[in-house]
Order: sequence, then structure tokens, then C-alpha cells
Amino acid sequence: MVTAAPQQPAAVAESPATHAIVFENVSIAFEENQVLDSISFHLAPGETKALFGVAGAGKSIILKLALGLIQPDAGRIWVLGEEVSALPEEDLFELRRRIGMVFQESALFDSLTVRENVAFRLLEEGGASSEEIERRVREALRFVELEHTLDLFPGELSGGMRRRVAIARAMITQPEVLLYDSPTGGLDPVTSTTIIELLVKQRDVYNSSSLLVTHRLQDAFTMASHNFDRSENQMRPLPPGSRGQVSMSFLILRDGKVIFDGNAHELARCPDEYIREYIS
Amino acid sequence: MELISPSDIAKEKVFSVQEYCLLAASSIKALFQRPRYFRDILQQCDLIGVGSLPIVILTGFFTGFVFALQSANTLQRFGSLSLIGQLVSLSMVRELGPVLTGLMVAGRNASGIASELGSMKVTEQIDAMRALGTDPLKKLIAPRVVATVFMLFFLTIISDLMGLTGGMVVAKVLLRLDLHQYWTTAWESLVMDDIIMGLIKPPIFGFLIATVGCYYGMNSRGGTQGVGRATTQAVVAASVLILLTDAVITRVLMITFAGYR
Repeated sequence: MVTAAPQQPAAVAESPATHAIVFENVSIAFEENQVLDSISFHLAPGETKALFGVAGAGKSIILKLALGLIQPDAGRIWVLGEEVSALPEEDLFELRRRIGMVFQESALFDSLTVRENVAFRLLEEGGASSEEIERRVREALRFVELEHTLDLFPGELSGGMRRRVAIARAMITQPEVLLYDSPTGGLDPVTSTTIIELLVKQRDVYNSSSLLVTHRLQDAFTMASHNFDRSENQMRPLPPGSRGQVSMSFLILRDGKVIFDGNAHELARCPDEYIREYIS
Repeated sequence: MELISPSDIAKEKVFSVQEYCLLAASSIKALFQRPRYFRDILQQCDLIGVGSLPIVILTGFFTGFVFALQSANTLQRFGSLSLIGQLVSLSMVRELGPVLTGLMVAGRNASGIASELGSMKVTEQIDAMRALGTDPLKKLIAPRVVATVFMLFFLTIISDLMGLTGGMVVAKVLLRLDLHQYWTTAWESLVMDDIIMGLIKPPIFGFLIATVGCYYGMNSRGGTQGVGRATTQAVVAASVLILLTDAVITRVLMITFAGYR
């Protein structure tokens, strides 16, 4: 579905339980500034949706709304069939355990080691033995290729390494939905590619749904045109004929409205001048 | 510079008080809910209680020392120097011990709590904790409240004892008084009402110190400068609240204990 002008997606009319995330006419303002103005979209199970927009367009706000960290002024939000906008904070903690979030600046606990950061969720949930926790922490860190940093503190890591630890922390319980807030922001091209490869690996290995906030179009196009080759443990470009196989969509925000919601082909063919300028 | 109307300032203050009351009430509620973080409570007891011990010992000792020194001159004029133990004992146990210990712990720990939580807030670590399914109220605030309430009680007892020891040093070394007489008058002058009055205050002060520190920390905004501001405000607010509450509690307890001296 392509949205060249603000409108409500047809999916909202369906049961929210069939989607990973549903936003229905969501609005939020901070003082005089209307950040989101009655936006609607949905994220299908297994789909990755990249959110674009200029700085301050409300991309990160969408992630925080999906997690219930902030509440909308109007509208309804469902995540994994639960209405986040109607749940009390106490009940949201249960739901959040099924969602992983990678924050813009990583937000690692600076007084805990990498091991403790990654194990945080397992330790909080309880029930797992220390051997089991150690095994899963190592597995998660191996996934992001940072097993050697177990006993380091976040302050001793580079920016790219911190992002990768944040990804390991978010995915250790293999959540059904992952929210990435500018995971490549401020990183060099090589590290950015490493991070995107990890996101592709997470998507293809665990088949999780995800919302990706980014300023870099190339990151989203890379995700749309590559898959993860498990046998060679690396990202591979898809053959030209099979690019539609990846469940990847793009959503563009402008002035608090959704001005585009569709896949890579639809984005490339979109006649809207602003969008054409944005992607050029 | 933009002018703010007095009604807006008043509204902001009322809103802050409301937010503080909600946080304080939630912290009490969190004590009765699972999960309970005993390890974090013990860690905070060590940081807040054991960590404050040196400053509390020094403050208590020198308060008793100086108090005895200052009182000696007046008592000598009336030929009542032997009552110095009683004077130090009553003053320390009823008033000086709880209030000065409270102020010392406020200076050390309200600031510490506010800066730690404030830094976590501005670097999105509090949001990350919520995103990971952990309630910061139970994980961060409740352990600090329990630890401060619990440890301030014992710190006050230690401070009282150190105050009496300071007074004893003055009585023995400078005034050449009999030690037995000093401790006898100090001990016998105390009645249960004095002890109750002196030990009701620390848990209340402890609750104020921890909740004020947490409130300012959790509401920090504006990066490192905002954290610094929150730290200063926490110490000022906790200290003022301790003095204000002390006056109210003292008056209420005096009325409660009929015939109180």
C-alpha cells in the first residue's frame, strides 16, 4: 500500500491482533509543537519498516509510543495484540519483555559490565541458572562478534561496539518485535554496514518484526536488497528477480503526517516531489 | 528575558509538590510489591549507611565536644558543672543527634541519589530499564528509600553516642570532672519519651532524604548542567524539609507526651 497523502491504512480496519504493531490515528504534542498528527500505520509479523523524516519529525517518538514509554494525546496503539495506549504502567512491563529496543545513544547501564548489561533482562526475569545465563550472554555477544568484551564497562567501548552490545542486550530473549532508534547514527560507513548486517541477520535468523528509525536511506535499501546467508555467516545481495521476497517497507513522516507508507519499488516510483527530493 | 506570570510559577510549584507526593506514595507502595530487590537494598545500605559512618562519627563527636565546651562556662557560673552530662545527653538524643545526622546524610546522599538517577535519566538509562521490563520504582527508588530509612536510624544512635563521647572528653580532660558522674547524670536524665522523640525522627528524615533525592534525580532535564542543578536542589530541599519537619514533629510529640519537660 502506498500513501502519497495522509490517510488511514486499510489494515487498521482488521483485527490489531493480526499485526505486530498498529497505530490508529495517533497524535501527540509537546507544549505548542504538534509532533504527530493523527498518524496510522501497521507493521506485519516478520516485517521490517524503516521510518524516515527530518530531525524532529517524531520518528523516535513513534518507538517510545510503541513501547508505552510515553502515552499519546489521542489515538490507539496495539503491540502484539495488546493495546499499549490503554494499559497501566504495571501491565506494560510484562509486554515490554516481549519487545527489544536499541536506543539512539545505546543507553547501556554505565555502572554495569557488558556481561551484566546483556544479562540484565535474564537476571530480572529470574528462573535461569547462572550457567544458562552465561551461555546465553556469550551466545548473544558472539552474534554481534563482541564475546571478548564481556568484562569491559560501556565507557571502555567505541560507539559502534556500544551499539552492538545494545543490540545483543535487546535480542538476548529473542523478542517478537525489535525497535531500532538510529542504530547507525554518527557511525562511520564500515561500522554502519556491520550494524546493518547484524539487523539483517537478526531479521532472517529469528524472523522478528522491527521498526527501524534512520536518516540513512542506504541502510534501509541495503536491508531491502540483502538477506543473510547462514552457511557463510554473512549478508548477501538478493538476485534481481527475488528482491520482493524481503518483507521490508518504508514510512516517511512530514509535518506530523505519514506521507508515504509502501515498499522499495513503490517508493522509487512515487511521484510526490518532496519524496523524490528526499530519496535523491 | 521572558517574564513568567506568578500564577504559572505557583502552578508549577503545586505541580512539583503533587509529583513529589505521588513518587513518595508510589515508593511506599513498591515496598509491598514483587519483585523485591534485597541485593540492591543491601548494596544501598552499604553505600548510604556504612559510607556515611565517618562523617556521622566526626559530626557527632565534635558537636558533643563543642556543646560541652560552650555550656561549661554558663554552668560553672551557676555552680552546676556536674550537670554537663545531662545537658549533652538530652540535647544530643532529643535534637542534635537526629537533626545533624539527617543534615549530614542529606548533604552526602540526597546529592548522591539525585546525581546518580539524574545521570541515568539524561542518558536514557531509566527509559532503557523500563524498556527491558523493569520498574525503576522497584529497582532504583524503593531500595534507596528502605536503605536510607533503616540506616539513618542506626546512624543517629551512633551519632548520639559519639556526641556523649565528645562531651565526656571535655568533661574529663578539660574540666577534670569525674567520668562516673558524667555518665550517670547523662544516663539517668534520659527517660523513654526522650528516646522515642529522638528515634522517631530519623526514619522520617531518612524517607524525606531518599524520596527528595529520587524525585530530583528522576526529573532531571538538560544534560550534565541539569544533573548538577538537580543535585543542588535535592540537598537544599532535603535540608529545609528536615528542619521544617523537625519543628513540626517536636511540637506534635511534646503535645503527645503530656507533661513533657
